[in-house]
Amino acid sequence: MELAGHIPAGPITEKWERHRFELKLVNPANKRKYEIIVVGTGLAGGAASASLAELGYSVKTFCIQDSPRRAHSIAAQGGINAAKNYPNDGDSIWRLFYDTVKGGDYRAREANVYRLAQISNHIIDHCVAQGVPFAREYGGLLANRSFGGAQVSRTFYARGQTGQQLLLGAYRALSRQVAAGKVLMLPHREMTDLVVVDGRARGIVVRDTVTGILEKHAADAVVLATGGYGNVFFLSTNAMSSNVSAAFQAYRKGALFANPCFTQIHPTCIPRHGDYQSKLTLMSESLRNDGRVWVPKEAGDRRPPNEIPEGERDYYLERRYPSFGNLVPRDVASRAAKAVCDAGYGVGPTGYAVYLDFEDAIKRDGRLAIQKKYGNLFDMYRNIVDEDPYLTPMMIYPASHYTMGGLWVDYNLMSTIPGLFVIGEANFSDHGANRLGASALMQGLADGYFIIPYTIGGYLAASPRPAPDTDHPAFEEAVKDSMDRIRRLMEIRGKRSPDSIHRELGDIVWEYCGMARNEAGLSKAAGMIQSLRREFRENLNVPGSDQDMNQNLQKALRAADFLDLAELMVLDALERKESCGGHFREEHQTEDGEARRDDENFCHVTAWEHTGDGNPPEKHVEPLVFENVKLAQRSYK
Amino acid sequence: MSTETGKINITLEVWRQKIGEKGRFETIQVPGVEIHMSFLEMLDVVNERLTADGRETIEFDSDCREGICGTCGAVVNGVPHGPEKAMTLCQLHMRKFKDGDVIVVEPWRARAFKVLKDLVMDRGALDRLIEAGGYISTNAGSAPEANNIPVPQPVADDAMDAAACIGCGACVAACPNASAMLFVAANVSHLSLLPQGRPEAAKRVLDMQRAMDSLGFGNCSNERECEAACPKEIKITHIARLNRQFFKAALSSREK
Repeated sequence: MELAGHIPAGPITEKWERHRFELKLVNPANKRKYEIIVVGTGLAGGAASASLAELGYSVKTFCIQDSPRRAHSIAAQGGINAAKNYPNDGDSIWRLFYDTVKGGDYRAREANVYRLAQISNHIIDHCVAQGVPFAREYGGLLANRSFGGAQVSRTFYARGQTGQQLLLGAYRALSRQVAAGKVLMLPHREMTDLVVVDGRARGIVVRDTVTGILEKHAADAVVLATGGYGNVFFLSTNAMSSNVSAAFQAYRKGALFANPCFTQIHPTCIPRHGDYQSKLTLMSESLRNDGRVWVPKEAGDRRPPNEIPEGERDYYLERRYPSFGNLVPRDVASRAAKAVCDAGYGVGPTGYAVYLDFEDAIKRDGRLAIQKKYGNLFDMYRNIVDEDPYLTPMMIYPASHYTMGGLWVDYNLMSTIPGLFVIGEANFSDHGANRLGASALMQGLADGYFIIPYTIGGYLAASPRPAPDTDHPAFEEAVKDSMDRIRRLMEIRGKRSPDSIHRELGDIVWEYCGMARNEAGLSKAAGMIQSLRREFRENLNVPGSDQDMNQNLQKALRAADFLDLAELMVLDALERKESCGGHFREEHQTEDGEARRDDENFCHVTAWEHTGDGNPPEKHVEPLVFENVKLAQRSYK
Repeated sequence: MSTETGKINITLEVWRQKIGEKGRFETIQVPGVEIHMSFLEMLDVVNERLTADGRETIEFDSDCREGICGTCGAVVNGVPHGPEKAMTLCQLHMRKFKDGDVIVVEPWRARAFKVLKDLVMDRGALDRLIEAGGYISTNAGSAPEANNIPVPQPVADDAMDAAACIGCGACVAACPNASAMLFVAANVSHLSLLPQGRPEAAKRVLDMQRAMDSLGFGNCSNERECEAACPKEIKITHIARLNRQFFKAALSSREK
């Protein structure tokens, strides 16, 4: 299979404009005849549902939660990037493009990233018009701040709740279309299968999580906006219901899965503390603007932080990266924290934590100024850890946060299954091997508000009509398949809960396919995952009924897919014999411990094709061509 | 107190209800609760133990577990989201309880919300309220340049205070009349404070008020219980602003 990216010809600055002109249009009077299914109501799915309905399409939107306002985009704290250059500090579309390609360690498609940077400014305009209460300067104009890894101030924010405010903006736009009768909103639904007829995506099967009933829904096109797979680690900053199942069912039906080993481990999270823990809490990396990261100079120093004198502290980020200091990109900061903890310098009860210290910032700006910037984060920390970060440094450690890998899509955001579009974190397209801070919100909204409304029209205008309805046998087959999978899980009646197996899986992936990976560890992990899958099939216990609300069953269905995904991640990590971004292969590093890319052999996207359960997946490669950015060793020193 | 060991023993009186059936309280002994657990992690542990015994688990809603998504919520010892001020249930930690405590856990009680199972509620009525007019009508692509709409910083701050609502419904659960006044007021206040939201302000407040009545929410009688229960500390001054707008719209606007 040749992976055709369908990148438009011409200079990079003109590709999107040219492409929009070349895309076929759907006659406005015909748009309402087209049914579009959108799965997920985060930034990408909410925005897509609203803007497709605004254009006149008939949209059916599904979400797992009880309301479309709850998707996990809501938890994003820091901000959203745009190339407005309001601070007059040298930003431009070109610089945002360049920073994103470099930050992704040259493993993203140039054309997609350039388009993202171009659209970034429209997103801010639209969100302001929707009533998103962004932070303002005294003169009433929009405020900006600098954010992880950027040397210009291009991040727009709404206190520490930017994701919430952007999501509620999309939710309000979606609600307006629900009221107008253009969107049929179906909450409490979990997608269990994708229906493909004559090679085209034509619908989905969902399980109503309140009644347990499996439903068939047909459409002219299906848009997946189902988020990332960070919960493969069990403990992550993702919400409890974030999962890979929808994307993975699409993979089983023929959509290729790209770069699954590209996962982002966020450097500033509250460390693990007990084996009952259900999730890890992110502390926005905006804290690194004022906080200084350090560990004691002497390994195993157990003194309280305030008793360790300045001269006996190692501000290791400032030492190793004098020009970026505490603001190095996430992958670099995370790896550095792991390195000092592995070497025995870590702090806290487990030794797997480093300090994030605000003492200097409080001395410099005053407690009030710090409180104004980070008050809600400090409160959250104090509540969870039971320590006051104004008086004693925070303890932080990296945690799974975002996944750059995802379903492979072309420039139109369409997967290898015609009619199946994938947007937001669920696709692989824009962040390469590492995502920069404040870029996830930008990408989700760009895909939803400003890309899919154009590209889906191009597909629909050329697709055969009418689309098959739910009487087509493919729907019945898909329902039966979902039912069989559910029954199998219900009938095991073993001893272990889905969570206990998922937790064990998370430990394996974290240990061997987390911040650092090597051939021996990955091979070992592959074997461990296989035996855990056997344990899952033989010893799972799901009490209750499948004809009822049953959260254990939902967890079991998700865990089954996470087990398979974990295997694919490990395989991808084994195959990529280089270090880049969040993928750090210990065999491939420079003398001072930095990631060493191998552009000669790995300057490509790896996309995996499912070849049947139990068979090894087939590897495909999309070469990455850089015409505008010169490949270089990333340096933040 | 056995906080030296970091563990406490508690008794849960928890609401159990099946779809379409009447509910009842069930007593569950929970020994050995680590005090650094969150309340929901405690429920996770209870569910793990129930699963091990082959018993049906307690269904409860939660998602982000960071206090921002608004999914979680239960009435704990008579108080929505439990005893701590300005906090969602997922942020409540077991160190706030003592060894030997009996903890009563039940879902929101309100005419407009239906209990689906155990502690899981259908709060779709809150979505219906937003659909009734809680938005600014603007299509993607039609916005002017963002800085063409200056907003004075204090106004933006006030709007943000109101916009912090997470839509959990605790205000409704706390209100003796099960009114959604604080929820509606937060939305109306946020949007009408901003210049972008003014053109539809009159229509919005009238439509949302009307929807609140028709969805089975009660009226506001200034009990202030909503403000006390709100995990995001939304102030009832927003209700005052809503009332002003309502009267202005009802008396003088062309919107009916």
